Amino acid sequence: MKRYTFLIVQIIGIIIFSSFKSDNPKSLKPVKVSPDQDNAGLVLPKGFGALIVAENLGKARHLTVTPKGDIYVKLSKALNEKTIYHLKDNNGDGKVDEQIGFGDYIGTGIFLKNNYLYASSDEEVFRYQLNHNYEVITPDKPEKLVTGLINKRQHNTKSIVLDNNNNIYVNIGSPSNSCQYQNRAKGSMGIPNCPTLDSAGGIWQFKADKLNQSYKEGVRYATGLRNVMGLDWNPENNTLFVMQHGRDNLSSIFPDLYDDKANAELPAECMFMIKKGDNAGWPYSYYDPIQKKKILAPEYGGDGKKEADPSFIDPVVAFPAHLAPNALLFYTGNQFPERYKNGAFVAFHGSWNRAPLKQEGFFVAFVPFKNGKPSGEWEIFANNFAGTENITSTSQAKYRPCGLAQGPDGSLYISEDKKGTIFRIVYDGK
Amino acid sequence: MMVNKLIASLLLVLVMSISAFAQSKSKAPVKKAVSKAAPVAAGMQNSINNGKVVYTQYCAVCHQADGLGVPGLNPPLSKTVYVLGDQTRLINIVLKGLSEGVEIDGETYSNVMPAMAFLTDQQVADVLTYVRNSFQNKASAITAAQVKAVRANSKK
Repeated sequence: MKRYTFLIVQIIGIIIFSSFKSDNPKSLKPVKVSPDQDNAGLVLPKGFGALIVAENLGKARHLTVTPKGDIYVKLSKALNEKTIYHLKDNNGDGKVDEQIGFGDYIGTGIFLKNNYLYASSDEEVFRYQLNHNYEVITPDKPEKLVTGLINKRQHNTKSIVLDNNNNIYVNIGSPSNSCQYQNRAKGSMGIPNCPTLDSAGGIWQFKADKLNQSYKEGVRYATGLRNVMGLDWNPENNTLFVMQHGRDNLSSIFPDLYDDKANAELPAECMFMIKKGDNAGWPYSYYDPIQKKKILAPEYGGDGKKEADPSFIDPVVAFPAHLAPNALLFYTGNQFPERYKNGAFVAFHGSWNRAPLKQEGFFVAFVPFKNGKPSGEWEIFANNFAGTENITSTSQAKYRPCGLAQGPDGSLYISEDKKGTIFRIVYDGK
Repeated sequence: MMVNKLIASLLLVLVMSISAFAQSKSKAPVKKAVSKAAPVAAGMQNSINNGKVVYTQYCAVCHQADGLGVPGLNPPLSKTVYVLGDQTRLINIVLKGLSEGVEIDGETYSNVMPAMAFLTDQQVADVLTYVRNSFQNKASAITAAQVKAVRANSKK
């Protein structure tokens, strides 16, 4: 009798085990929350659904999701005098039902790693210790990790990410478009040996646990990056990846070399794989996605054809011009089908500099990756944030995607800063 | 049979042309009423038309076709004190650019405006007259003489 019972238990065990462990997407564990009826107005690939989890947060920039499923979102404009919100879903229906505000500095960057929450203003980087429920212990007393970073209004946001070795990477955007003597002025040439690059136009590396660091304690990890909003650490090849906002105004600065159509199509919005010491070429070069070449910037003697210094790194992905990539996320979850694993999601804020041609972007793209390299063409993943196809002026867009985060169940979270909405994308296979 | 068809089509043409005539007649007074309600001097209308060309070439790329700008970056030109207020300041923004942060209705705008001193006095006057009478704005024209005076003054 005992032997039979053991056998039966074993068989049941095998059945249960095999029903969970399968690579067939159809048998993936279904998510508990249900998508909104119209997928919150978004257009998604088959089998995906979307729900709005929070609304009316105003300028909701980057966000992060804790292993318990709570959200922390960074605001670039105070809401009820607070600039970070801890959002909870207590009843588990997928909708936020408690909002706890803290922090008195506006900014964009926020990131969670191990037992700390990291957040940035436009000049400094802070960290907050978390308890076992991933709640901030002393919301009014963050530790200041980095201070004194330049903020000259333009490109002043400080996006952040950590590696697995206790380093934090901070974007310091250039305070100009192309390092001209007169910023964005027609015909003004570039300043030789662009002085900006000493303190901006790159990614700086700091220690994630050392207080009060500034430029002299940090390392200029990569240079020649005009402004990076989206950055993430690739878990497969243990390397930093960034999304650069490419330069503007080619036709208004050099109307004899570029017409409005050329301005709308140049240069590419580039994804770069970054190794320590890399130079991506700004302001001396830009990447032309049509010629597929690094071109010498007109401010430095270029004519739209002359090639730039070949020592500048090449992009790993070239997206259309001016779409404004505001977030990058490598997906490591198990909820989405296998092809999404380790691939890159990119949130595009949507263009303005394509005018007078129609504006584009306002979507989240996906790039499949294998072993830390793109393994296919980029594609639109989540679309229709603008609410309409025909956007002639940026402010017509209904939503503008800005941040990306992955939930503990593999859901994808998207924040947008037009109204302050947070979307959650789930896969149900239907 | 053929004759019947011919008569029918002639009748149709006649009816259509009568109704078209009636429509054009009834439209005429309405048009007059509109132009009476919003009188725009021919010279000013000319300046607005020319200003639109300048705006599309040099301004729309940042301030957008509808003049509403880009949130956080490029300020709107619709019903703001910068456009409708002090005319000397407005002319100077075009001639010298603006690199200080601008706050309008609680939103700050971070991009610089480059100097547009390469535009002629007439082009500056035209584009400002266009902006002051577009995007829900309604204000007086800016003249080339005004621009010339401001430009001369700023060179001193």
